Amino acid sequence: MKNIKGVFLPFSALKFLGKKPHTVRYPLEKKKTAERYRGFHYNDIEECIGCGTCATICQNEAIDMIKIDGIEPKKGDSGLRPRVDNGRCCWCGLCVEMCPTGSLSLTDQYLQTTPDPESFLLIPGVDHPEYGEHKSFVKDDEIRLLDLQRVPMRELDGAERVKSFAEVVLGYMQEEARREASRCVDCAICVTACPDHMHIPEYIAAIADADDELALKYIYDNNPLPELCGKVCTRQCETVCAISHLGDPIAIRWLKRYATEQFPDPAVILNPKIAEPNGKKVGIVGGGPAGLSAGFYLALRGFDVTVYEALPKAGGMTFAGIPKYRFPEDSLDKQISYMEKIGVKIKTNTRIGKDISFEELEKRHDALFLGVGFHVPYRLGIIGEDLKNSIQAVDFLREINLGNKVDVGDKVVVIGGGNVAIDAARVARRLGAEVTILYRRRVEDMPADWEEIEGAEHEGVKIVPQGIPLEIIGKDGKVAAIKYGMAEMVPDPKGGRPRPKLIEGDEHTMEVTSVIGAIGQEADYSFLPERIKEKLEIERGRIKVNEYKQTTIDYIFAGGDTVNRTMDAISAIADGVKAVEGIERFLLGDKNK
Amino acid sequence: MTQVEKETTLYLGPQHPGITGNMMIELKVTGDTVQRAKTHVGYLHRGFEKLMEERLWMQCFPIVCRICVPEPDPNEENLARAIEEIEGREVPERAQYIRVMVLELSRIASYFLWMGGQAGSMGLYTMPQWTVGDRDYILDLFEELTGGRVYHMYIWAGGVRRDLPDGFAGRVRRVLDYLEERLTDYDRLFFQNALFLKRSQGVGVIDKDKAMEWGVVGPPLRGCGIAHDVRKDEPYEVYDKLDFEIITHEGGDIYARAMVRRREIEQSISIIRQVLDKMPGGPVHNPGPNPLKWKLPAGEAYVRTESARGEFGYYVVSDGSLKPRRIHVRGPAYVHGVSLLEKMLVGANIADVSVIMNSLGTCPPEIER
Ligand SMILES: Cc1cc2nc3c(=O)[nH]c(=O)nc-3n(C[C@H](O)[C@H](O)[C@H](O)COP(=O)(O)OP(=O)(O)OC[C@H]3O[C@@H](n4cnc5c(N)ncnc54)[C@H](O)[C@@H]3O)c2cc1C
Ligand code: SF4
Repeated sequence: MKNIKGVFLPFSALKFLGKKPHTVRYPLEKKKTAERYRGFHYNDIEECIGCGTCATICQNEAIDMIKIDGIEPKKGDSGLRPRVDNGRCCWCGLCVEMCPTGSLSLTDQYLQTTPDPESFLLIPGVDHPEYGEHKSFVKDDEIRLLDLQRVPMRELDGAERVKSFAEVVLGYMQEEARREASRCVDCAICVTACPDHMHIPEYIAAIADADDELALKYIYDNNPLPELCGKVCTRQCETVCAISHLGDPIAIRWLKRYATEQFPDPAVILNPKIAEPNGKKVGIVGGGPAGLSAGFYLALRGFDVTVYEALPKAGGMTFAGIPKYRFPEDSLDKQISYMEKIGVKIKTNTRIGKDISFEELEKRHDALFLGVGFHVPYRLGIIGEDLKNSIQAVDFLREINLGNKVDVGDKVVVIGGGNVAIDAARVARRLGAEVTILYRRRVEDMPADWEEIEGAEHEGVKIVPQGIPLEIIGKDGKVAAIKYGMAEMVPDPKGGRPRPKLIEGDEHTMEVTSVIGAIGQEADYSFLPERIKEKLEIERGRIKVNEYKQTTIDYIFAGGDTVNRTMDAISAIADGVKAVEGIERFLLGDKNK
Repeated sequence: MTQVEKETTLYLGPQHPGITGNMMIELKVTGDTVQRAKTHVGYLHRGFEKLMEERLWMQCFPIVCRICVPEPDPNEENLARAIEEIEGREVPERAQYIRVMVLELSRIASYFLWMGGQAGSMGLYTMPQWTVGDRDYILDLFEELTGGRVYHMYIWAGGVRRDLPDGFAGRVRRVLDYLEERLTDYDRLFFQNALFLKRSQGVGVIDKDKAMEWGVVGPPLRGCGIAHDVRKDEPYEVYDKLDFEIITHEGGDIYARAMVRRREIEQSISIIRQVLDKMPGGPVHNPGPNPLKWKLPAGEAYVRTESARGEFGYYVVSDGSLKPRRIHVRGPAYVHGVSLLEKMLVGANIADVSVIMNSLGTCPPEIER
């Protein structure tokens, strides 16, 4: 034995017999896991919106989205929740990293012993709610896979804007649009929020994929006025965007705008197939978004369509109301010329009830669609309202949009807090006046779009909140000043939003050259004969319709502001699209039969 | 004596002491001498390379770590670096230091597993008890850093997935100090053990002149006295900012390979300490596009790391789409555990088969992928 040392050295290990073992011992103590441990899932059911991004990213297909009792689908929530198959999951945690709401996490729980394979299916948050106390691997605030920041939109600066009616928003460049579109997770939560259920994820994906033509095709599938929506839509889709929970929503509206801007003539790209004429004639009263949308798809399906419009141009409030710096006239013209190209006949300067009688209309057509909008302004109901230079916002905007001159003087007060009030104020700024908005409630209560409010402020419009007009003071039959009282907000006994209540004695007077009222509009149904009015069900100024926009008179359909309370273009478009289905069924019968 | 000379077939495996995963060796023996050896793999083929062609780029990360159980991290690092190279994405310096720390910790953990396996194959069963226990201290660190003990899914494109937890560096140092101290015990029990010396010196010799030609890499190559180490030859991450020399040992036998690994444990400890001293602050991740819409620009990259078993390479091809066109993994285990092993077993004693197999760092899950 040459290597004596090598024989004896190993015996030094014997000393460990007397040492305390460093590994786990019996009786078994459960090991405390690390703070970031990736164990079983937990889902904050209330915060989860069922977008399914977790299921999309999981490379093991360990997640499926299922319906759960007690959770109903609603705007911004699919009503589904993830179910994890613990037999497939590898606890990589990519689902946690990708969760747009941050509701999903992994816990420190890792023991499951069971002979029942079904029990490997876990609905996080529903099964084992106690895991909520054991969250360990959670989203990180710094390190994100999702891109939460919107690509900023370029705009004219405030001082430049008030000099003209040039368009304020400049639109995305190609690279910007691709980048913005790439932020989308394709969850389609937005589709349910859009009144028209546009194919949003599809057209966004097409833009991200550099296929703008495909995007345009998806867009025109159920919206013939995307130029309009791309510029001024109220974008209910964006308010529910999954990404908006932790970041900026995808700029869905601007992406639609981008797609439409790429093609000067949509007909070239879409090359629409127009069905053979089917011999049926449809008359449309009102050339607003509702009427035009119905007309467009009816014409595509072979109907003989005529739109009757009282004003010199179609477009409705999007022509006569929305100012040109938001929706330029050439965009409107582009849409209308495409309509006419596919065969929609538009008769302008034709008011039904005046130029053509309703009876005549009934004779000419097999079915009618009413999209007459709300064009009669509410009166303020205060002394001095009939003075010269006390005007209504919709009249003011219409005159300006028609190219007529309106002299508002150099100090204007606008009364109201909605989009119409803001539009009137910003237009008056462009005419060179100093402008103040007087609004009954707080700024945060204003129904106007926050971007619009911000835009007005950038342009130097002053806002006086909690101010209630009391009287318009005149001089020589003309507006000279407005008297208003300040209000405090008191809780609504019925549980609604707080109401303004005048503070006794807190009254002010402001010298002004014009007062512009913008507190709402209603419809003018005077063109309808009595026998029709009797049969039509009209509730609080709105015509009642069924799911296919059919009124209580079977050959009359209706849509847009005259029907729905949302009072925006996309709802009007959706009504028009839906009515096409109704009219087709009514005139041609159910094709499937 | 015709009975003794008769050739018999012996099937060894697919289970082996000290080897992660399964493979089988068909031995033709006369007496207790191996005449020919044929490896049979196929127990562990999961088709990862093909699977990845149907996965988004981000989804590949939870897959690649599974290619090698004892040492998943070089896979993650390779894939991340190949992608970054194709994309031209910068990795923050702090993340590069963290990556080196992770790679070296995983090297130590891997060597500890090898030590247990190597000793176990010689019948020295105290060793696996010790090494598995001590390796767990490193796994504790991994659990704390990444949330997973074995599969870390921590290194990803653009950096790493989380910053170090508070006080983590101190805990790393404590574990390093402990392991360094333990090396003396391991020397006494194993590296200086007469039995180990007897069974390793002059056994399983790789011909130095043939080693390069056969594609031998890592400790088996350095155990032939050839200084080849990717960390030095083609430094990646921040290896060029760290002070270390390539470790070699002459002889080409099991002992030489063991000594290379033994000294490299100390070397890794030293590298990690330097990393902790030099690690700058700053971000640990340079974000890329939304993983669901992430198209890697068309292009290809071949990257390599020095893993515990030797040079580990990834060839990644992108056709500019959402998914890889091809990802090919070049691991050392295929060369060592299949073609080299079959050559080396000729003439070996049956009792040495497992010992040789262990000494080459054979890893069936990596062979088959
Ligand atoms: C100032 C202003 C700004 C707005 N801004 C936005 C916005 O940014 N985003 C948004 O989504 N929505 C906005 N809206 C609302 C939007 O314009 C309307 O909701 C939408 O135009 C309603 O469409 P409609 O087809 O129902 O009716 P309208 O657009 O009102 O169209 C009705 C048409 O019918 C015509 N008509 C009425 N009676 C007759 C008759 N007897 N014979 C023939 N023609 C008739 C009218 O002249 C009119 O052209 C705004 C509205 C206003 C007033
Ligand atoms: S942890 Fe990974 S494998 Fe498990 S459900 Fe989430 S994404 Fe899928």
